[in-house]
Amino acid sequence: MFDIDKWQEIFATIKKNKMRTFLTGFSVAWGIFMLMILLGAGNGLSNGVSENFMRDAVNAMWLWSGRTSIPYKGMQENREIRFTNADYDILKDLEGIEHTSGRYYIGGNLFSYGSEYGEYSAITCHPDLKDVESIEIVEGRFVNQVDIDQTRKSVVLGKDIYDALFDGKEAVGEYVRVNNIPFKVVGICKEGGGTRHRNAYIPVTTGQKVFNGSNRLHNFALTINAETIEESQAIENRVRERLARKHKFDASDESAMGSYSKLEDVIQTMKIFQAIDIFIWIIGIGTLIAGVVGVSNIMLIVVKERTKEIGIRKAIGASPASVIGLILLEAVMITTIAGYIGLVLGTGLMEGLNFIVEKQFEASAATNGGNGETLFRNPTVDLGIALSATLLLVIAGAIAGYIPAKRAAKIKPIEALRDE
Amino acid sequence: MISLNNVHKSYITGSNSLHVLKGIDLEIKSGEFVSIMGSSGSGKSTLLNILGILDNYDEGSYYLNGSLVKDMSEKKAAKLRNELVGFVFQSFNLISFKNALENVALPLYYQGVNRKKRNKIAEEYLDKVGLLDWATHLPSEMSGGQKQRVAIARSLISQPKIIFADEPTGALDTSTSYEVMDILKEINDDGITVILVTHEHDIASMTQKIVRLKDGRIDEIIKNGDLKNFQHRYAKELETA
Repeated sequence: MFDIDKWQEIFATIKKNKMRTFLTGFSVAWGIFMLMILLGAGNGLSNGVSENFMRDAVNAMWLWSGRTSIPYKGMQENREIRFTNADYDILKDLEGIEHTSGRYYIGGNLFSYGSEYGEYSAITCHPDLKDVESIEIVEGRFVNQVDIDQTRKSVVLGKDIYDALFDGKEAVGEYVRVNNIPFKVVGICKEGGGTRHRNAYIPVTTGQKVFNGSNRLHNFALTINAETIEESQAIENRVRERLARKHKFDASDESAMGSYSKLEDVIQTMKIFQAIDIFIWIIGIGTLIAGVVGVSNIMLIVVKERTKEIGIRKAIGASPASVIGLILLEAVMITTIAGYIGLVLGTGLMEGLNFIVEKQFEASAATNGGNGETLFRNPTVDLGIALSATLLLVIAGAIAGYIPAKRAAKIKPIEALRDE
Repeated sequence: MISLNNVHKSYITGSNSLHVLKGIDLEIKSGEFVSIMGSSGSGKSTLLNILGILDNYDEGSYYLNGSLVKDMSEKKAAKLRNELVGFVFQSFNLISFKNALENVALPLYYQGVNRKKRNKIAEEYLDKVGLLDWATHLPSEMSGGQKQRVAIARSLISQPKIIFADEPTGALDTSTSYEVMDILKEINDDGITVILVTHEHDIASMTQKIVRLKDGRIDEIIKNGDLKNFQHRYAKELETA
């Protein structure tokens, strides 16, 4: 198989036919290059958007109460539904629910430390909120169970509040005044998925006690143990039915209790991305087909162009097999090398783009306090896919060269010689 | 060396069948210098192509060097061509992207001779035709006579028993034609059978035996001794023309 003389003959032929070699190689390199860019761009878009999505726990669910809109068991509509701590206990133990946090909002609070002050919202919550909303702790800790049990006046400040009040000074252990009541700072946090960190977190029991909430809760944030839309909906229905029974409203009454499951949204969005993926593949396959046609076309022309040469070679004693071998090996070699070049260029471009995107991401992350905004991340292509695409083009080129080469090698040399 | 017996050949173009050779019987012995003559369409090139196994024939039999050439596989034909015969064409048929040396060396490539050795032999043969200085030139950089001499060197390099030349002087002027004929004569003097096709009487008269074809049949065979007579007649033909 490896005959150095044969390769010398092929290299000599390639060297003397630069234009032909370039055209064949270019169509292959271009096809692979375009495929790499297309697939890379698609992957980048998909990665970027799904990363934005993943900032909150994807299996988060929120419940909030309102007024009934459907009469139920003799009770009139427009009755206010209020969540209480008892609901928290129910939800916490309900099947399919992982993390539960009640929330009690205190709006428009004045935060002050020393001579600095500002208006921010204080959210009272259970420790599990950290998991549901993917809250990142920058310093110290989040609200814990001891805070809840002992109704401690602890507060976890958002990064923006900390920056405004403390301006870089040590905050953990200090006391800030919230509506003129001193709270001890136990931690500093960032909100997952956001660029603003203007919420402060206070233990729910403390909030209820200090701000006259008695046992009232405004809403619940949960994470659920579900992987499909069906599971998510089943859990959502179970939650609705359970709370509807307790608060005596119709389980289908959306205005009595609102619920939103992020998982359903995520799955829907992922379906869109699957569609985009399919679309990109269709374009990619189209590009490949164009490449295959291009290579085949050029191979046909090459063989046609070489018919006379084939005739000469046969007249001086070339066997059909050696003629076919010469053309095929040349074609395979050109397409392989060109495919590799296209692969390297395409990958290089996408890696370069990746580098720029990451730089931008870091820059925006630096200004936004850790959470960069980008719709485009890691725009690279699976190497296996790239290699199989190259292989496909090589095989296509070989087949496209083989058929006419075989025909040309089979005809009588005198007919090939007559070809001008 | 060559023995043809009632060889027929027709070309089929669409529904028309053109009967080119209508029964050729011909014996050519080893070491002969033969020219095939005839007006255009008489089948002289077809006959040469069949003799050189570049084309096949329909009927009859053709023995080359004692073995029957009929319905031969391309592989076997290629081997025979490579070992037994050399070709010189009117249009030279050099490979345009190879230089003179590489063109001359190519038959040896197909015999499996390594590059170094075949290039050395090719130099020898280029020297024989007086073109060693032109070894690295491409065919496009050479005159017709030079190209034909390269082609002759290429046909000789595999040390064939027969050289087939199809109008070797057809594209050359008179003086280069004579140069080429001198080389062919030398080759013949070395004992190689030379068979050429020509329509030029003066070229044909330099050979030892002239086979005249007319309408696909052998009209007459003029042997060496009759050549004077032939030249005389040729002159007369010229006068009447």
